[in-house]
Amino acid sequence: MISTKKNKIIDKLFQILGIISTFFGLLLLAVFIGFILYQGLGRLNFDFITALPSRIPERAGIYTALAGSLWILALSIIFSVPLGIAAAIYLEEYIPEGKFSKFLEINISNLAGVPSIIYGLLGLQIFSMFPGLNGSLLAGAFTLSLLILPIIIVAAREAIRAVPSSIKDAAYALGATKWQTIRHQTLPAAFGGIMTGIILALSRAVGEAAPLIVVGAMAYVPFVPKSPIDQYSVLPIQIFNWISRPQHGFVINAAAGIIVLLVITFSMNALAVYLRNKNQKKFS
Amino acid sequence: MKKSSEKIIEKLLLSSALFTILTTLLIIAILLFETVKFFSEISIIDFFTDTEWTPLFDDKHFGILPLLSGTFLTSMVATLIALPVGLVIAIYLNEYSGNKFRKTIKPLLELLAAVPTVIYGFFALVIVTPFLQQFIPGLAGFSSLSAGIVMGIMIIPYVSSLSEDALFAVPKSLREASYGMGATKFQTVFKVTLPAASSGVIVAVILAISRAIGETMIVAIAAGQQPRLTLNPLVPVETITAYIVQVSLGDVPRESLEYTTIFAAGITLFIFTLILNNISFWLRNKFREKYD
Repeated sequence: MISTKKNKIIDKLFQILGIISTFFGLLLLAVFIGFILYQGLGRLNFDFITALPSRIPERAGIYTALAGSLWILALSIIFSVPLGIAAAIYLEEYIPEGKFSKFLEINISNLAGVPSIIYGLLGLQIFSMFPGLNGSLLAGAFTLSLLILPIIIVAAREAIRAVPSSIKDAAYALGATKWQTIRHQTLPAAFGGIMTGIILALSRAVGEAAPLIVVGAMAYVPFVPKSPIDQYSVLPIQIFNWISRPQHGFVINAAAGIIVLLVITFSMNALAVYLRNKNQKKFS
Repeated sequence: MKKSSEKIIEKLLLSSALFTILTTLLIIAILLFETVKFFSEISIIDFFTDTEWTPLFDDKHFGILPLLSGTFLTSMVATLIALPVGLVIAIYLNEYSGNKFRKTIKPLLELLAAVPTVIYGFFALVIVTPFLQQFIPGLAGFSSLSAGIVMGIMIIPYVSSLSEDALFAVPKSLREASYGMGATKFQTVFKVTLPAASSGVIVAVILAISRAIGETMIVAIAAGQQPRLTLNPLVPVETITAYIVQVSLGDVPRESLEYTTIFAAGITLFIFTLILNNISFWLRNKFREKYD
């Protein structure tokens, strides 16, 4: 009898530990964000968003870095989204089961596990063959596209797989070809799921600094890039640059820049979760 | 007419899929290409036995051990944080909490992995280090301890969600048999469910470690840039990834020996993550079959 009681107490204690653990990371993150807001919120104003970088912390802004980040995102979408969806369609709808499909699958899992900095080395070496493109937006976006491609493929495959076969069978029964069925039935039905994956992948891309530093993004860019072959900086690199400076004014700038970057990534994640929830209801 | 366009589309889709193989081949090719150049000047024995890494100094040494120890230390600290916390979360969410709680908390936990790593680096340097210095007088301004702790927080969701999948895969009948014997939830979890899910939990840990050794910005910001062969978590170190960043930020001429060092360091990192990832894939396939 006594041991049952003891066991019940252990059970309760563990439950408490479970709650503590669940909120451990989240509470720390909340504390961190509170600190950032405390430090950076006062610095965050319209001028900070629209000012060029400067050696004087009070005058420096994130305008060029923000523009660089938007450029990188737009170009990455152009490279990675069509390629990722096409590869996912092939893997889900066309590929014959067997060694080849297994090999492709393992390869994509491996690519997803390659550290981002290695993609930086890849981009560095590829674009060293085109000296005019060194440190260009094109080089950066191409590198990030390779980085997020496996994420998009995996997400798009899941979305395509979730489309009920009854929808496809109905299309075939009406005489549609394989591609017609995919184009007009499967893809529209999988659209929500694919979008979720793309947004999550892009939220990863917008926060990346390491591979872009390796392919030659600049820390100090006093102009807004006008074309894909221009040099650029991105928000995470601008923040990194400010963190590594000794003056206190730059720490405040870093905190303010972090607020902007967090708002961007958190809204992208919120959008992805919203789309996912909306989508889950559709087929169930 | 229609048939031929269907064929063309299939070929296009196929080439997109093949592009992923091309990417892998290119990664391996460029890493090998520069590494071969590196080892034509530096002996491979020195690379693995020299205890100093100073390619950017006048007195040059090319021993990878200090970078490996830095990488190992930060990842160890991160794993020591993320493993217990992540595992307890997985157990709590899967065995104790209600469905509704789990559904609300999971996207929030995933947020931990979504925060850009440069921001975590700032947290480690500006918040965690000064805070810890109040209790640990010997703690330097840059250390593997601070960087590792923050990295641990970042990888909690990796451990918890993969472990949860593993726990979820354990058949209900096993649990019910245990409850039928009068066991409490706690007893059931630790004597039945967790052992049954152990290979899945190992997968989670391996993938988390693999993620930790490849992490760059946190360690580049908060762990320091001093290659040092040590197991002391309180002093500045340098990881493989931080070294690559350090060189990239500087003005190292292409075609120089210094330039090839980042590829030699890179291939070392690549091989480690490749091995860890493939062990985990292999294990995952194995335990998936178990209860099918």
